[in-house]
Amino acid sequence: MRIMVAVKRVVDPNVKVRLLADGSGIDLTGLKMTMNPFDEIAVEEAVRLRELAIASEVLVVSIGPDKATETLRTALAMGADRGLLIKTDAPIEPLSVAKLLRAAAIEEKPDLILLGKQAIDDDCNQTGQMLAAQLGWAQGTFASNLAVEGDAVTVTREVDGGSQTVRLVLPAVITVDLRLNEPRYASLPNIMKAKKKPIAERQPADYGIVVEQRLEIVRLEEPAGRLAGIKVGSATELVERLRSEAGVLS
Amino acid sequence: MSVLVLAEHNGLVLDDATARAVTAAILVDPDVHVLVAGRDCGAVAARAAMLAGVAKVLIADDGDLADQLCEPLAGLIAGLGERYDAFVAPATTSGKSVMPRVAALLDVMQISDVIAVEAPDRFRRPIYAGNIIQTVRSRDSKKVLTIRTSAFSPAPSEHAKPIEPVNFQRGPHLSSFVAKVMARSDRPELTSARIVVSGGRGLGSAENFEAVLAPLADALGAALGASRAAVDAGFVSNDLQVGQTGKIVAPDLYIACGISGAIQHLAGMKDSKVIVAINKDPEAPIFQVADYGLVADLFEAVPEIRAAMPAG
Ligand SMILES: Cc1cc2nc3c(=O)[nH]c(=O)nc-3n(C[C@H](O)[C@H](O)[C@H](O)COP(=O)(O)OP(=O)(O)OC[C@H]3O[C@@H](n4cnc5c(N)ncnc54)[C@H](O)[C@@H]3O)c2cc1C
Ligand SMILES: Cc1cc2nc3c(=O)[nH]c(=O)nc-3n(C[C@H](O)[C@H](O)[C@H](O)COP(=O)(O)OP(=O)(O)OC[C@H]3O[C@@H](n4cnc5c(N)ncnc54)[C@H](O)[C@@H]3O)c2cc1C
Repeated sequence: MRIMVAVKRVVDPNVKVRLLADGSGIDLTGLKMTMNPFDEIAVEEAVRLRELAIASEVLVVSIGPDKATETLRTALAMGADRGLLIKTDAPIEPLSVAKLLRAAAIEEKPDLILLGKQAIDDDCNQTGQMLAAQLGWAQGTFASNLAVEGDAVTVTREVDGGSQTVRLVLPAVITVDLRLNEPRYASLPNIMKAKKKPIAERQPADYGIVVEQRLEIVRLEEPAGRLAGIKVGSATELVERLRSEAGVLS
Repeated sequence: MSVLVLAEHNGLVLDDATARAVTAAILVDPDVHVLVAGRDCGAVAARAAMLAGVAKVLIADDGDLADQLCEPLAGLIAGLGERYDAFVAPATTSGKSVMPRVAALLDVMQISDVIAVEAPDRFRRPIYAGNIIQTVRSRDSKKVLTIRTSAFSPAPSEHAKPIEPVNFQRGPHLSSFVAKVMARSDRPELTSARIVVSGGRGLGSAENFEAVLAPLADALGAALGASRAAVDAGFVSNDLQVGQTGKIVAPDLYIACGISGAIQHLAGMKDSKVIVAINKDPEAPIFQVADYGLVADLFEAVPEIRAAMPAG
């Protein structure tokens, strides 16, 4: 079985982003960038399936500028076999990301595609579902467990109110949630080895795809911050203030 | 033309999230229809038909729709694509799974997690864990939206509107339902509760969650919530997680106990009307967003609050 994993380069989740002074965009200068945390989990899962000899090859794909190569190298250091960079400097929406991933999938013929459930920058939570629709494949979103059995994969999904288990016919698209696994840290020897692993490069035009923008950003704002309130001296004072001042207790 | 709202239900009961999605849908176009898809869900359709602002309810009744699997559901909705200009679902786990699939079938971009409708083609949505609010205009001829339920109040009830059956074409069976494990709770649902009592790593154990936090929640008629650290440590089940990657809540009162206030947690609760933080560390970032902060050991403070309450 061949696995393809989509990995996105994003701002480190622990950084609080700010707008550019003129509000035209997000100030990413000098910010620490990393692999989207959900994508690390997707890579980890693929690599584990490879170590269990359930998968024969793990291909990692990223769409973005040259710098996205760093993200691919991280995935290769974690144990993926090959990388593919689909190079574009233009901002790219999930619909186009999915189309490019579909084109790559048609060429590479994976049996399973893993993605993060959402990217922590744009928080769209769409790409995997769109890709599954475009390929006409089954989808399993928010996976917290998965087991490959013959020509199917059983996925436990985190859903509102609990969990749901579904069986997907392969090939399938799965988006992963936080509790699927704990991603490993790449060891130094593996980081060195990853430098020699192949990364192919393509342009959207190679697949005959024109990247379009369906959404126009009209405005970006930082929401009015909450102001810190007061410190209360005791539990009794708290209850009293919640009742008389805030009016939220009867 | 019209807008179609996908009803969220469990086959028996219509979820409150649907009434909130209707409120958002009316702002896109006043001619709102609701689609109830499932098996034997007439009661759900009857309830949906009573939501104020809904002009009619479509019901698709088929065994293949019984488990709300995304593949047949998305096919059904996309098949109605000709008839509607916009498709709206609450940003619940099912809405978030189905709607991007619908959008891709219609070849349009979805607008995720809408918090305000400025015009039928203009929407506000949070990005970067709510640290930036983006206003986007969609150039697509059809709009596909998921809406953040905490940002819209539920549509009230009124006299019932007509219910019409809609045709469903079965497709290939790509996926099948195996099992479902729902956390059972007599407490209010997290995303619609008026009061939420949340616990973090500071609670220390599942036993403490039950023994210390649950009695306060019950005395207040509140829902229980948790930080990711508390969920990962196994104190409570994952469906209680509040935050960027969990549930988004905006209750009248949010009480955070033993939660430090990481940005990912704040993303899920900072629109609450009143925030109370109880933490033994006076420097905890949660105090920067709290209206009322109590620097104390929660194992003493929480029972004291419980005792100080009128009924307690
Ligand atoms: C109108 C608009 C303008 C934008 N302008 C800019 C801009 O100027 N600069 C900028 O940097 N960004 C910009 N973006 C953001 C960028 O286009 C987002 O990457 C895109 O919207 C995808 O959203 P997401 O990552 O939240 O998708 P999600 O659906 O949340 O992502 C889920 C998963 O899909 C996969 N995935 C997503 N994107 C990629 C990728 N590129 N490569 C590989 N895998 C991927 C990953 O596995 C990820 O975990 C813009 C977005 C929009 C909508
Ligand atoms: C991609 C990503 C997504 C994430 N999504 C989410 C999310 O959706 N929701 C979420 O919550 N987190 C999320 N996180 C995790 C987040 O970054 C924090 O790690 C998490 O919120 C911390 O939980 P906590 O506040 O319970 O634990 P800690 O940060 O460990 O804080 C515990 C607090 O309890 C206090 N405390 C301890 N004992 C007591 C006592 N006896 N009395 C009073 N106070 C006490 C301590 O002073 C401390 O402030 C995400 C992280 C990443 C990277």
